[in-house]
Amino acid sequence: MAYLSDAELKELTQEERVKALGMTTEQLTGRSMAIEFDPEEEKRFTYPWAPDVDYNKRTEIDADNLTSTEVNTKLRSLMAEGYGSIVIRNPRGKHGLGVGILSRLNLIFEGSLGYFAIGLNDGPNVRINGRVGWSCGENMMSGSIVIEKNAGSTFGAAIRGGDLVCKGSVGSRTGIDMKGGTIIVGGDTGALSGFMMQRGRMIVCGNAGKNLGDSMYDGTIFIGGNIRSLGVDAVPAELTDLDKSWLIRKLGLYGMIPEKGIKHFTKIVAGKQLWNYDNLEPTEKKLIL
Amino acid sequence: MAGTKYRGSEISDVDQFIKDKDGLGSEREVEIGQHIGYRYDVNLVPDYERLTPFLKDYLEVMGWDDLNWLEDVHMGYEDGKPAVFDRNINGWVRVPDSISLPDNQQDRDMIARELLVKFQMSDRHPLVLLRKAYMKF
Repeated sequence: MAYLSDAELKELTQEERVKALGMTTEQLTGRSMAIEFDPEEEKRFTYPWAPDVDYNKRTEIDADNLTSTEVNTKLRSLMAEGYGSIVIRNPRGKHGLGVGILSRLNLIFEGSLGYFAIGLNDGPNVRINGRVGWSCGENMMSGSIVIEKNAGSTFGAAIRGGDLVCKGSVGSRTGIDMKGGTIIVGGDTGALSGFMMQRGRMIVCGNAGKNLGDSMYDGTIFIGGNIRSLGVDAVPAELTDLDKSWLIRKLGLYGMIPEKGIKHFTKIVAGKQLWNYDNLEPTEKKLIL
Repeated sequence: MAGTKYRGSEISDVDQFIKDKDGLGSEREVEIGQHIGYRYDVNLVPDYERLTPFLKDYLEVMGWDDLNWLEDVHMGYEDGKPAVFDRNINGWVRVPDSISLPDNQQDRDMIARELLVKFQMSDRHPLVLLRKAYMKF
């Protein structure tokens, strides 16, 4: 494969680029375990393509007369200029703000956001001095999001990593399909929270609605208040000393340790009664039917 | 049918899946010839007393007070070898034999986190090539 510079690649169509980089001839099967870590790998902390931002370089965007796309584009261009701390004023509940940021950044919203805010992120630390609508932090990979007031339903849907924090209460289906990360709720959470959760941790300092952890495959839910009802295959487990110290540490980071402490928290895990994914089962069914 | 009972084996030893790469502990696993479940405890929360110097530096650069997304990274075991699952390539990356493994999962997890960060941030990570091929200019 001949080396092509970014400028040369830019002149090609996507199909031509894929061929030029040898991706159509790549062996796709049996790839797992084909790569080994290099113990001598260079010490680097950000992705190769991430802009070199400085947390001490600060600026502001007034979103009042801008569309969501314009705000997000502006954010990217400011990061490319090295701004590491950006304040967005007057977001006025616009949807899809602050999405797809794949590098470190301090981002502050002075106001409330609409649907799908701060989704698909990998790195930034975000603070929202207001409320958020549905699906805040969906598919988040890393970083932190702190919401000072309440949040809507499907808070942290399919989150994979990072800390997603709501200091108020949240709607239903919090952490639906979560595959990692930590969701923290200072108040209450609605019905079907942790539905189909696969891994990760959820901490709710208040009460939980009906069917908590329904069909959860794995992961851990900590509840400080009452649980209206548990879902299918969600079962209580022992709160270990390591769990307690982790809870204190994690809640302490956001100033959210309850007055009563955390000793009264209930830990919920998967009962693993739904783990039926072995190869033989379809054959068995066929024989029976 | 769904909703029967957990029929996988339990993890009892940190080297269990290195000594026994197939991991067929329970009756059901032996019957189907397949291990059921993860080969490590996905719910094990980190012991912060065991952070490596590299990880401390990483957290400082990122502006995080704890391991953040790395809390979900553990050392796993595939084909009898220690390996780490890289979510960015959806596959296992082998830990080289030259790295000696500590005798406990917590310290192994810290090594896994350090190796994974270094790999993901390197130019040889497959995502670099993918990005070149599919990025929008």
